[in-house]
Amino acid sequence: MSPAIMAEGLVKKYGDVVALDGMNLSVPEGTVLGLLGPNGAGKTTTVRILTTLLRPDAGRATVAGCDVVRDAARLRSRIGASGQYAAVDEHLTGAENLEMIGRLHHLGTERSRRRARELLERFDLTDAADRPVRGYSGGMRRRLDLAGALVADAPVLFLDEPTTGLDPRARAALWDVIAELVAGGTTVLLTTQYLEEADRLADRIAVVDHGHVIALGTADELKARIGGDRIELTVTSSRDLETVRRALAPLAAGDVQTDATALQVTIPVSNGAASLTTALGHLAAERVTVRDAGLRRPTLDEVFLTLTGHQATDHTEKETAR
Amino acid sequence: MNALNLAIADGITITKRNVLKIKRAPDLLGGVVMLPIVFVLLFAYVFGSMISVPGMSYQEYLIPGIFVVTIVQSAQITGYTLTQDLQKGIFDRFRTLPMAPTAVLTGQTLADLLTNFTSVVVMALVGLLVGWRVHSSPAEVVLGFLVLLLFAYAFSWVTATVALALRTPEVFNNIATLMSFPLVFLSNAFVDSARLPGPLQVVADWNPVSTLVQAARVLFGNTDPALPAPDTWPLQHPVAASLLWTALLLVVFVPLATRLYKKAVSR
Ligand SMILES: Nc1ncnc2c1ncn2[C@@H]1O[C@H](COP(=O)(O)OP(=O)(O)OP(=O)(O)O)[C@@H](O)[C@H]1O
Ligand SMILES: [Mg+2]
Repeated sequence: MSPAIMAEGLVKKYGDVVALDGMNLSVPEGTVLGLLGPNGAGKTTTVRILTTLLRPDAGRATVAGCDVVRDAARLRSRIGASGQYAAVDEHLTGAENLEMIGRLHHLGTERSRRRARELLERFDLTDAADRPVRGYSGGMRRRLDLAGALVADAPVLFLDEPTTGLDPRARAALWDVIAELVAGGTTVLLTTQYLEEADRLADRIAVVDHGHVIALGTADELKARIGGDRIELTVTSSRDLETVRRALAPLAAGDVQTDATALQVTIPVSNGAASLTTALGHLAAERVTVRDAGLRRPTLDEVFLTLTGHQATDHTEKETAR
Repeated sequence: MNALNLAIADGITITKRNVLKIKRAPDLLGGVVMLPIVFVLLFAYVFGSMISVPGMSYQEYLIPGIFVVTIVQSAQITGYTLTQDLQKGIFDRFRTLPMAPTAVLTGQTLADLLTNFTSVVVMALVGLLVGWRVHSSPAEVVLGFLVLLLFAYAFSWVTATVALALRTPEVFNNIATLMSFPLVFLSNAFVDSARLPGPLQVVADWNPVSTLVQAARVLFGNTDPALPAPDTWPLQHPVAASLLWTALLLVVFVPLATRLYKKAVSR
């Protein structure tokens, strides 16, 4: 079966800036691909090309079997999209916004109205449904925009940084919505800055840097490549740092890092919680006082450091507000 | 749905959206209702007391001119709203939807036609209050308003084109004001164009605003019998000439605005 989303060698330039430089993607039907990358990596540009908002300078892409350039009109009837910046109408109410989207999807007045109410309920906007969006908070706009992407029940969904600006409850609710849709066969491409989120939502993760994919795999595969979880320890005195480093070296699955000012040691480990227990046992034997100890996922910075050998620095001057 | 039905259905959806928007945006609604009232009162009383037209009340002579000036101003709402929408992300939303791309502009201009209709009604009522009267058959009066509104619709496409070329509300406002001044003042809206100096008189005689003003005066029966008959073709056949202007503006600016819209949103 052909993939629901396919991109081959996409190139997009803005003057001298190369936003996409040979982007390749393939997302099987009914799965979630997470695009993970730092600011300016080319995530939004990829989404904009796949949702027909931009034309690629080179390469080709299809979504649900439709070419993004030649078949753009048909493609649009098969996707739902929510961009990085909420695209909602300030003067309309939440309900009117969603009804309008339904009518423009040609669902008919009655179905559009019903669908709008369902989604407002789903995204916890019922109380605000009949107020103009002008008075919505940032997170409320974001949720309304996400609801807009779901109006048509499209087979392919594009969500650009869907959880940015959402409070923890709204974030968890969105994760549930996405899981439910995927269980029903929807294909999702989402972008994110957080490894944890990609891990939680995506079947596969494509790490993007400088306009192309530099690593692709399941969360477990990527984590194996970057050395699994990290133990992070804070000690009480700088004299203990060296002791900790020596005592825990046998456990480490990669480079141990020490931060003398924060009195912190970070040790990549492969056995998660079991490693943490062992480590604390070793330290007790060495009589080191530990002020704080924890297990955490690698950060995006660490993923980048491992995959590219350089820090995930922001290589743009782009401001975040438009 | 075939392409035409789709374009019509989507055009109606976008028209409704824009009407709701105008109802909720006090600055726009203020423009639609206040501008006509202020214009009629200002011009009728301030200029009306200074200028005299032989043989009739200046109000009767002036009101058709004010109608035209107001609709030329109101048509700028089209361009202004488009530049505002361009600043927001809403066009991105529209462009990922399976809607007719033309619906954005037809919906916008149709909504503005409705607001212009409101403006014209307000103006007519205020005009009647300050002493304006029609002296023609009901059919001619209806035709008069029709000619005005058709021209207003076509002029909306002109301001849409300018707006899509300039893209920001501030720049648009400045340029639109600069453009509308000569159109409005180098015309016969406020004074008989025969009183203007030579070259300006030529401009005024061929200005579409003059043609439209003359058409309104003829159809409402507000021409001044004491004035000599005009000697240029558009002013001798103002109704036909106004309709020709309307058609010409549509033929030129509908495709132009559509092209610029595609360019403006795909950056
Ligand atoms: N309209 C534009 N004009 C000029 N350059 C642009 C434009 N849009 C994007 N770029 C450039 O293209 C590159 C990729 O941008 P893109 O928005 O795709 O990044 P991103 O991965 O989505 O970043 P972020 O995490 O900040 O959203 C950046 O270097 C950016 O400066
Ligand atoms: Mg982005």
